[in-house]
Amino acid sequence: MTYSVKVLDHYEHPRNVGSFAKDEEGVATGMVGAPACGDVMKLQIKVGKGGIIEDAKFKTYGCGSAIASSSLVTEWVKGKTVDQALEIRNTQIAEELALPPVKIHCSILAEDAIKAAVADYRKKHGDPG
Amino acid sequence: MSTAMSPEPSRRILGETMQLTDDFFALFEMPRAFRIDPSELERRYHERQAQVHPDRFASAGDTERRLSLQWATRINEAYQTLRRPLSRAKYLLQLAQHDIASESNLAMPTDFLVEQMEWREAIAEARAAADHHGLEHLHHRLHHDLQERYGEVAALLDDRHDFAEAADRVRRLMFLEKLLFEIDEAIVVSEEQASG
Repeated sequence: MTYSVKVLDHYEHPRNVGSFAKDEEGVATGMVGAPACGDVMKLQIKVGKGGIIEDAKFKTYGCGSAIASSSLVTEWVKGKTVDQALEIRNTQIAEELALPPVKIHCSILAEDAIKAAVADYRKKHGDPG
Repeated sequence: MSTAMSPEPSRRILGETMQLTDDFFALFEMPRAFRIDPSELERRYHERQAQVHPDRFASAGDTERRLSLQWATRINEAYQTLRRPLSRAKYLLQLAQHDIASESNLAMPTDFLVEQMEWREAIAEARAAADHHGLEHLHHRLHHDLQERYGEVAALLDDRHDFAEAADRVRRLMFLEKLLFEIDEAIVVSEEQASG
């Protein structure tokens, strides 16, 4: 399989790798995994005043496309409100990274990681959304 | 129909009742179950393989040769599927029409995913430190865990026929088999580093 230039860029220079402390103010965590490939993805968002996502970090164990998808979404969610973050669709991720059909599930994983992180944020902050 | 025509080749190859579309267990005339005797499976595989081997049909007509090749491929696929416990379990679920939805079902329980993340971190650390002993230790721990889980899957599939629960266990096992693959790959790398 040949990776697109954008996938390779994110794979070789992943943005925002790491973790926030769990008890840090405004931090929420989304964990997802795909049985088909055994990939696991952790996406954390740090939400500030007005529900704006100030920072994001990820840790992904998986293929290049899964790492690139999660790296990309950490860049995309920054500066967005949690509601806006939920509007990110896997098709946009797949298009941006030029993912081949067999790697579409990696972009689905990244979209689901955002949803899981936002759900965790709302659970912690009693915001029914 | 001409009387000179040979009988339908697939029947001639594998008796009167066998069809290419038969399920993999039927192909080896074994009961449809997760618990199988691996040596018995292997014996039957070699037996079938010998029966349909394309070499036996080298002087036969085009149709027969093509069929023997189809049979050989099918029997090979059957053996590869039934040989490994994970693919055997998935196949049994497929026969029971229980989709494990491995592509779309991403809602694994959080505690399971946290555990997976910890395993991956431990492997990455041992790998970075070229800790061969540590990797072997992880391998043994995981291997033991897998044995136990396959025992549970056997009970769910063969005794309780609880396919929904079995599908859930199989989804978890897909992650764990991937982990074992990653550990074994790291062990090979660390051995190469040690000898190089």
